[in-house]
Amino acid sequence: MKNQSIKNNIDWISVIIYITLVILGWLNIYSSSLSSTDGTYEKQFIFILLTIPLIFILLFVDGKFYEKYASIIFGVALLLLAGLFLFGKTIAGQRCWYAIGSFTIQPSEFAKAATALALAKYLSDTQINLKDVNRQVQALAIVFLPVILILPQPDPGSALIYSIFLIVLYREGLPSWYIWTGFIAILLFVLTLVLEPVYVILLALLVLIGLHFKGRAVDRNIILSGILLVLISGFVLSVDYVFDNVFKQHHRDRFNILLGKTVDMKGIGYNTNQSEIAIGSGGWIGKGFLEGTQTKGGFVPEQHTDYIFTTVGEEWGFAGSLVVIALFVGLFLRVIYLAERQKTKFSRVYGYCVAGILFIHFFVNIAMVIGIFPTIGVPLPFFSYGGSGLWGFTILLFIFLKMDANKVNEW
Amino acid sequence: MRKVLLPSLIIIAASLLVIRIFYLQIIDDSFKLKSENNAIKVKYDYPERGYIYDRYGKLLVANQASYDIMVIPREIKNIDTLEFCQLLNVTKEDFIKKIEKAKIYSPRLPSVFLAQLNKSEFAAFQEKIRKFEGFYFQKRSLRDYEVDYGANIFGFITQVNEKLVAKNPYYNSGDLIGRQGVEESYEDVLRGIKGVKYIQKDKYNREIGSYKDGKYDTIAVQGEDINLTIDAELQKYGEELMINKRGGIVALEPKTGEILALITAPSYDPGILVGRQRSKNYTLLYHDSIAKPLYDRGLLAEYPPGSPFKIVTGLVGLQEGVINEQTTFMCHHGFSYGRGRFMKCHGFGPHQLHNGIYNSCNTYFANVYMLTINKYNNPAYAVDVWSKHVKSFGLGQFMGYDLPTGKRGNIPDSKTYKKIYPNGGWRSTTIISNSIGQGEVLMTPIQLANMMATVANQGYYFTPHIIKKIEGQKIDPKFTTKHETTIDKKYYPPMISGLFDVYNKGTASRLRVEGIDICGKTGTAENFAKINGKRTQLKDHSIFVAFAPKDNPKIAIAIMIENGGFGATIAGPIASLMIEKYLRKKITRNDLEIRILNTSLRDQYAKLGGMAAASLIETTPKDSVMRAKMIKTKEVIKPVKIDTTQEN
Repeated sequence: MKNQSIKNNIDWISVIIYITLVILGWLNIYSSSLSSTDGTYEKQFIFILLTIPLIFILLFVDGKFYEKYASIIFGVALLLLAGLFLFGKTIAGQRCWYAIGSFTIQPSEFAKAATALALAKYLSDTQINLKDVNRQVQALAIVFLPVILILPQPDPGSALIYSIFLIVLYREGLPSWYIWTGFIAILLFVLTLVLEPVYVILLALLVLIGLHFKGRAVDRNIILSGILLVLISGFVLSVDYVFDNVFKQHHRDRFNILLGKTVDMKGIGYNTNQSEIAIGSGGWIGKGFLEGTQTKGGFVPEQHTDYIFTTVGEEWGFAGSLVVIALFVGLFLRVIYLAERQKTKFSRVYGYCVAGILFIHFFVNIAMVIGIFPTIGVPLPFFSYGGSGLWGFTILLFIFLKMDANKVNEW
Repeated sequence: MRKVLLPSLIIIAASLLVIRIFYLQIIDDSFKLKSENNAIKVKYDYPERGYIYDRYGKLLVANQASYDIMVIPREIKNIDTLEFCQLLNVTKEDFIKKIEKAKIYSPRLPSVFLAQLNKSEFAAFQEKIRKFEGFYFQKRSLRDYEVDYGANIFGFITQVNEKLVAKNPYYNSGDLIGRQGVEESYEDVLRGIKGVKYIQKDKYNREIGSYKDGKYDTIAVQGEDINLTIDAELQKYGEELMINKRGGIVALEPKTGEILALITAPSYDPGILVGRQRSKNYTLLYHDSIAKPLYDRGLLAEYPPGSPFKIVTGLVGLQEGVINEQTTFMCHHGFSYGRGRFMKCHGFGPHQLHNGIYNSCNTYFANVYMLTINKYNNPAYAVDVWSKHVKSFGLGQFMGYDLPTGKRGNIPDSKTYKKIYPNGGWRSTTIISNSIGQGEVLMTPIQLANMMATVANQGYYFTPHIIKKIEGQKIDPKFTTKHETTIDKKYYPPMISGLFDVYNKGTASRLRVEGIDICGKTGTAENFAKINGKRTQLKDHSIFVAFAPKDNPKIAIAIMIENGGFGATIAGPIASLMIEKYLRKKITRNDLEIRILNTSLRDQYAKLGGMAAASLIETTPKDSVMRAKMIKTKEVIKPVKIDTTQEN
């Protein structure tokens, strides 16, 4: 009575949150695409219906299957990504899709789950100690292999998602300086864009001097501090150089708009400006379902895909936004909680990956929509229009829910 | 510790998002407005203005369709520019300039390419408009004047100014509004109420349907038609008689206060203020500070009325009991008063009220006035008593008629003289000029006409008005309220009999019209102007007031001709002709008619610093029978370019 056991053992809290989010997502897609005639919401409805057999398949597949075939799945995913360079279809300048008739599929949406599986497999397979530099390199290689294939498509949004694996690796023992380095690098990057490079370097110098005198006498290592300063200066200057010379104008614009350096409400700033207007005009409880003027007017570009959250903000207001955010946060914390109670390292790492991947999508997407992150193409899980995205996230989540249900079974 | 990182990150990040969303949605409320500006477009549906008819239902002002050619620069696709320019009669340079201008405004929003084409200009283009992608037309409604007179009565339509837009929420920038004349005073009635449609737009400003299914939309309310009290034939005739003269004529129906004719000269063809040449022509009219074609002399020209005022002086004297019909004063070609001052008079011998009026004897009325003021010991009190009587004729105040311009005129009282003579010391002889309508007395032609209507009615008047009927509405009750004078009814018949003999024995004896009993009074008003810095006395303004028939009066009229000289030379004949025209619809005094039509006062006006270009537009009716009767003058009038066409 396997069926029976799954019904009893599956984590219904996660399932209910998942179902709620998918339904809310569809309602907002319906509202935002009501005035178009492309059949957007009808298609999304079919995509949602198709997740039901998909979920049943995922739940009926033996729990051990994923662990066993993780490497093969990962290999297939990499092949599919690589195949894009030969057979991919270009939509809006991005070569991210396979076209089968009128139907398109985006392999990078599935590659995330495959990478999570591969990473989980690698970390659980052997007695791995991430203090070992070789292991670190191998683990990071698993993460960066798909990134290398995705970046040139170009799809920087999807590539950005993989940075969350650093957090997962840290949970499994990656030295903390990785995290610190990453954090400081982001900080320096932002500071360099805001201030002149000279001031950033000066600031770094002051901080290092401060640390030098505050720290214990034994730790005072002028040479190390000097090397750090040189590294920081090099980083800052290269950021400056890359920003001015390697980035294309539209990349620079995205940052400049965010930092308030450029004001251009009709051109590149249009998306962000319009989505802020849409959300900002929602007030406490919003304009009501199907009543959003920005939404109905089609002012927000890509509203049913990356900017779907604007519809939530406009039509459901602060109350609705809060509910959606709470649902997401609830799901993430639930998944982390479930991951922490897993018996096997494989399912724990995988669970962590699931929470991390969903979270970074969620954060980057909403942050972009409300104007605190540069414009980048990252979908909002379960909400944004698109079959590949929905199925990718569903597969990602339900593989973990199956593992979680199984664990009780094995007991 | 390592377990805590991801959950903490999640909570911190989510809080960050919530704070930012809270800021956007709750703290910063500028977005709400932006979203409304963004997504909803308000579209107005302008109803057609009401038509204007005369008292007998003759159509005077209607509407005509006009067409604006609109362009959306981005949508222009390989058109035949040459053909396009030929069809619309524009040069290629003009074409390029206009397109550039439209592009600067917006490449994807419509701008006006060419405004206010008339039907014939538009017809050729309309057939081929499909060939010119990016262009389309927009229909508008403009005034269509069926007559070439009455410009001062109608007023005109113009774009509303920004001041009013700020004050009156009904108007938006670019809306049209009536200015001057009945277009202004009956603006609310004529214009109707515009309909409002809220249109949902998408990000390209394209319209995608009505906002909330038209929940907030309103339907346009058609403007109402109005009938004026004007007799179109009389108005036209009066304007023709005024050719080459300056002045004003006001004719009233005494029994009702209805304005039968309101003429000012020079005037202009109302049609020149419509269409593509509107602003050019308006500027020309506006800047003519000498002939002042936009100045309605019938309502605005304030002058000392002269002799016609003797009627009131006499009536007040009778009412105050200082004279009766038999009271006699001797006239020795004038009247001496205080310290050797002398008021000249053309009369001689004994004068009573009757011959005092028809001879217009200054001496007689100076005496009457002196007695009136000297009746009381206190001249200030006496002047106030007199002033109150005079004001009961509707003088010295805004009359409250339904036209937007007016002057108060002036009837002095004790306050007036306290200002002029702060130390006192003035008495009846000081202000004696009032007796014969000079001194501090000022009146406008419409006030003069109203005074005559009051006399004709033997003691009452209705506020003059120009509205006869508003479709589906009642006219203002103040126009049907009787105003009684403070003079007893019994004092009027002797006065009327004197006025009647003005035509039989008096100053207007040559102006009689066989079979019509006219009562009238001549007048002249002195006037001065600064010529080369010197105060120079000009030829008197010619004034005439009359009503007819004597028993059962149907018309009361006042005529003022600038620099026309003695009242009986120009103003008097015009009164006779107008009265005959109104009562009989035809003219028997052909001699008067031909003389008046051929009278030109241009020489007089030339003294006032020459003729400004626009002053030469004085109406020359196109379809006039009168025109044939006018003798061609030798005087060479330079042709003046006033565009009455609507072509480019």
